[in-house]
Amino acid sequence: MNPFTYSRPTDVPAAVQDVATHAEAKFIAGGTNLLDLMKENVMKPHHLVDISRLALNKIEENGKGGLRLGALVTNAATAYHPEVEKRYPLLSKAILAGASPQLRNMATDGGNLLQRTRCYYFYDVATPCNKREPGSGCSAIKGYNRIHAILGASEQCIATHPSDMCIALAALNATVLVTSKRGDRSIPFAEFHRLPGDTPQLDNTLEPDEIITAIDLPEKGFAENHTYLKIRDRASYAFALVSVAAALELEGNTIREARIALGGVAHKPWRNEAAEASLAGKPATKENFQQVAGMIISGAKGYEHNQFKIELAKRAIVRALSQAAKLI
Amino acid sequence: MSNTVQEKTTLAAQPLAEPLPVHLRINGEDHRLQLRPWVSLLDALREYIGYTGTKKGCDHGQCGACTVLVDGVRINACMTLAVMRDGQEITTIEGLANGDKLHPLQAAFVEHDAFQCGYCTPGQICSAVGLIKEGRAKTRDDIRELMSGNICRCGAYTNIVDAIESVTGGTI
Ligand SMILES: Cc1cc2nc3c(=O)[nH]c(=O)nc-3n(C[C@H](O)[C@H](O)[C@H](O)COP(=O)(O)OP(=O)(O)OC[C@H]3O[C@@H](n4cnc5c(N)ncnc54)[C@H](O)[C@@H]3O)c2cc1C
Ligand code: SF4
Ligand code: FES
Ligand code: FES
Repeated sequence: MNPFTYSRPTDVPAAVQDVATHAEAKFIAGGTNLLDLMKENVMKPHHLVDISRLALNKIEENGKGGLRLGALVTNAATAYHPEVEKRYPLLSKAILAGASPQLRNMATDGGNLLQRTRCYYFYDVATPCNKREPGSGCSAIKGYNRIHAILGASEQCIATHPSDMCIALAALNATVLVTSKRGDRSIPFAEFHRLPGDTPQLDNTLEPDEIITAIDLPEKGFAENHTYLKIRDRASYAFALVSVAAALELEGNTIREARIALGGVAHKPWRNEAAEASLAGKPATKENFQQVAGMIISGAKGYEHNQFKIELAKRAIVRALSQAAKLI
Repeated sequence: MSNTVQEKTTLAAQPLAEPLPVHLRINGEDHRLQLRPWVSLLDALREYIGYTGTKKGCDHGQCGACTVLVDGVRINACMTLAVMRDGQEITTIEGLANGDKLHPLQAAFVEHDAFQCGYCTPGQICSAVGLIKEGRAKTRDDIRELMSGNICRCGAYTNIVDAIESVTGGTI
């Protein structure tokens, strides 16, 4: 780890001030991703602003019928919060499908959004990586790319976003609330993470001096008909190869609204709203789910070692929707 | 080439961090230390205070060998900085027994032969203390899932689950 200085401001204005005035400064919350990357010399901040004790640690009603998750609420406290379990069980399940109990006790909701890819080459500073060192090349495209993207990748980067929580937040149309010395901003979840294009060093649209203060959940939680399906190499404590957050609003057997977000397949939680809309008014049947899976996956492109993800993703979508509709 | 130049300027610009005062309450005792900010809680315990019961397996949050309780909550000591824990109450494996009387989980691990090399054991036991406190494991499968953050290279899992179940009586 490189040497760095440390501060622990006591309120949000002081925290954004601290991060703006120190060169190469970073916030640290749970530390479970940042410290990992610092130990590997992938990230080398010169100053850490410890925000872990700021008062952004509450879950409250947001005044719009939904809940507001403070950025510093831990992943565990969020997943087990009675109102989250009752109104947004999809979110609880997605969080509990990730990491381990110890990590979830430290990891925060804001930090979860900003966790970086698990691409092995990104972690290995001896290899070229456009995300870590723009312009150095991508070792994964012609390397071992089993965990990499099949949708939305670029010639510069085929990394995937690793979060489970974010897949549920994408399906739920959450909003990210941020602030900086320039003022407050709210970012719709679909616009928070980005595709790599030719700037793969940027994972998201947050500015370096902005702090996430909260995540807003809209009223609609799809508590009746939802599934978080995570396919991974072992039964627990492993990142997703493919995951699906499926949420349905049903009237009898007729689909009123469908939301389908995929994890492990792209640089951001993947949604295809046109495909989702095609389900509206149709009966919840396996055939219709197969059709929508085909639409979502139609543009997929595999690499040498991750071709299997294309069929896997298709089947996972069908299974997740079938479970959400209680067909199986 | 440009990498080397960038590396040099980066290094030259590195601030020299002074040690910071850190107050940790460990197993009921106060420890006042002066630590550089990059010292992890795990290294503080092992290298600066001498509590070597807490083990370093991976140093990356992947194995659970370093599990300790902070204010009663189980976390990975390798993934947090000691300075971030200033003022907090840490319990390590050394703090579980009551004098010569083993903690019920320690006794259960002996009883059920729940280890082979023993390297993962302090982390397993601290994690199990946290698990029981959280109160969410109702079944054997729950114990397995909620202990998945503790890897045992020797594969003593069956006996580890037996030991934990014997303390919880199958229901928590
Ligand atoms: C072994 C292991 C297994 C894991 N498995 C999974 C898994 O299966 N699924 C999964 O989803 N995740 C998994 N994780 C990742 C884990 O969920 C993340 O590391 C965690 O959510 C990050 O949160 P944090 O608070 O610890 O972030 P930190 O490490 O503190 O911060 C991460 C980044 O976010 C920035 N940041 C943090 N908070 C804010 C804020 N409020 N405003 C602005 N910037 C901020 C920091 O500057 C840093 O760049 C795993 C991690 C490990 C180590
Ligand atoms: S896929 Fe992206 S993160 Fe991985 S080596 Fe290529 S550029 Fe780096
Ligand atoms: S040493 Fe901390 S989890 Fe492995
Ligand atoms: S007993 Fe050897 S690693 Fe668990």
